Amino acid sequence: MAWKIFLFILLAFVSVAGVAFPIVPVPHTWYEFPLIPGLKENAKIIFFHVPTAWLSVVAFLMSTIYSFRYLKNKNLDDDAKSYAAAQLGIIFTVLATVTGAVWAKFAWGSFWSWDPRQTSIFALLLIYGAWFALRSSIESEEKKATLSAVYSIIAFLTVPFFVFIMPRIMLGLHPGAEEIDPSKGRIVQSSSPVVDFKMNANMQLIFFLSLIGFTILYFWMWQLGYKSILYKDRINKHSIRD
Amino acid sequence: MNTKAYALYKKDFNSELRTRYAVNSLAMFIIVAISVILFSIGNEKISQSLTGGLFWVVIFFSAMSGLSRVFVSEEERGTSLALHLVAAPSTIFSGKLLFNVILVFCMNIIIAFLYSMLFEAFIIRNFSLFAVSFILGNIGLAVASTIIAAIISKAGAKGTLYPVLSFPILLPLILTSVQLTLLANQGAGFGDAKFELAIVFCYDVIILTGSYMLFDFVWKD
Amino acid sequence: MSNYSVEAVELNKTFGRRLIFKNLNFEFEDKGIFGISGANGSGKSTLVKIIAGVISPTQGKIIHKEDHKEIPPENLHNYIGFVSPYLVLYEEFSAYENLSYFARIRGVELNKEKIDYLLNEFLLFDRRNDFVKAYSSGMKQRLKFIFALMHSPKLIILDEPTSNLDDKGKESVYKIIESESKTSIAVIASNEKSDLAICESIIELEKFKNNKMNHS
Repeated sequence: MAWKIFLFILLAFVSVAGVAFPIVPVPHTWYEFPLIPGLKENAKIIFFHVPTAWLSVVAFLMSTIYSFRYLKNKNLDDDAKSYAAAQLGIIFTVLATVTGAVWAKFAWGSFWSWDPRQTSIFALLLIYGAWFALRSSIESEEKKATLSAVYSIIAFLTVPFFVFIMPRIMLGLHPGAEEIDPSKGRIVQSSSPVVDFKMNANMQLIFFLSLIGFTILYFWMWQLGYKSILYKDRINKHSIRD
Repeated sequence: MNTKAYALYKKDFNSELRTRYAVNSLAMFIIVAISVILFSIGNEKISQSLTGGLFWVVIFFSAMSGLSRVFVSEEERGTSLALHLVAAPSTIFSGKLLFNVILVFCMNIIIAFLYSMLFEAFIIRNFSLFAVSFILGNIGLAVASTIIAAIISKAGAKGTLYPVLSFPILLPLILTSVQLTLLANQGAGFGDAKFELAIVFCYDVIILTGSYMLFDFVWKD
Repeated sequence: MSNYSVEAVELNKTFGRRLIFKNLNFEFEDKGIFGISGANGSGKSTLVKIIAGVISPTQGKIIHKEDHKEIPPENLHNYIGFVSPYLVLYEEFSAYENLSYFARIRGVELNKEKIDYLLNEFLLFDRRNDFVKAYSSGMKQRLKFIFALMHSPKLIILDEPTSNLDDKGKESVYKIIESESKTSIAVIASNEKSDLAICESIIELEKFKNNKMNHS
């Protein structure tokens, strides 16, 4: 119980701090954020956008790991865990896409511009969509578990390609991406002010607190998710018997 | 092992000759898809990069209309049990893959031929680069479509699910292949395309290994 | 003596979370005819498919041995002949083509004498070049026996072997099972009294259904 209160306080603090702390050109006190040229107030969305994107990746990874374990042990509980992770995964993926699109509208001028990471998260959405479509088309629980486990592993094998090819095919806008140097016409590590994005200590603190808070929240939700699936299975089984 | 897979391929080939389960719809699909593109273009001149992309759009959807046949036809008719009883899973996968590889090559050579005849902007300037990327791309397409075909045949949902499941898996391959086709059409050398070629090659190897390892689970009910 | 043995160790099968049977142990050795009986839906077909290695058990395992050496699962299909109502052969090929493709996919030369002998035995020799789609259900059933016996399997699994057969067909099936069981193991899953009458021992599947599953 204690940790639930702690989590509540942590997330409440992060939400309030992330939204309400003022951005000033030169921060003096602990609750002031530095001004980042090109981002201004938009910078605050980082406290919510990055954790959702991070969790969408974590959820995908966990779903694949439990798929793998299911194929190894054929224990339907592992399938329930994989399913619960994927359910949260698609929620966080949608949240990351939406927060990202909103941020992109104000920082880059349009909601969607096929930046490499936008493309990758789009592919992740497609994979989740296909995965759920596959599951809903199969009646038998074991078949559903086996086939969706195989599919998620195959999908997982293709993910590294998005990391490697996307930046090559299209130029990135996210921090750390490459861009064309207009004077030389060559591809260089980008150096625009948005990309030089430096957080000061208190911003980093809130950022990491937010990351930790959301991660704990994720694991809690995941546990609730798979336990409820297991209970539902048991109730179904009893009602068939009687 | 290889002769067994080849025997399975022969069986599928002769069965295809008699039933025309895949080939007829595949041929019609190619014609329909290309004519729709031609109608919508009308008299406009379209750019080279657009034809490269449209080339792979036609390939993707044609593949989706025909490649699921190898497993779906066995499952629909209930003959997969008989196959189970005469061959190991790896033989089945090799035989089915061989059939799909050959089908993909025939299909894509026809599409490429029609494209170079019908689209003025589709000119292959570096033929050897085009050939190499074409071969690598076709293999990747065949392998990924074969394992997904096995999955949907067991899932019992046939038509609509196939492109839905295949697209995310094929997306890296298609994006890179579009890029390679564009490079070949622009007349770029192998040096400019080595990164993309390496990507497609790695994709082929990884998907092939993964499919062989996972096929056992799909095939055994 | 065939030196072939099949052993089931603590076999459990559940579909989803529904129990089919549990704690099944048995052993078939060398030769003879063994029966599996049980009401419809008791898991007879499931059990024979598990024995044939077509589906896997939830827990426990099936061990096939020849000369006391365990047979690896990827070679198992060469030791097994299987007949069942849900086995389907290719309708677009003739009986002879079906058999020759299956032999080649198996990786063995087609034994013409054996095929002709079996075709004669099951009264299909005259129709061997007709498409299977033109066959009656009884003829298809007899063709499945040829499919199951053509590679001289050590273990012959027969799921409802006499379904769709007339009296004459049943007679020839019993005759051939008797003669095959002198050198190999025959397993019959059926509810027909006449099928079970030729078995030496019978496993009754209902005994292995325990409705109280542990939740732990």
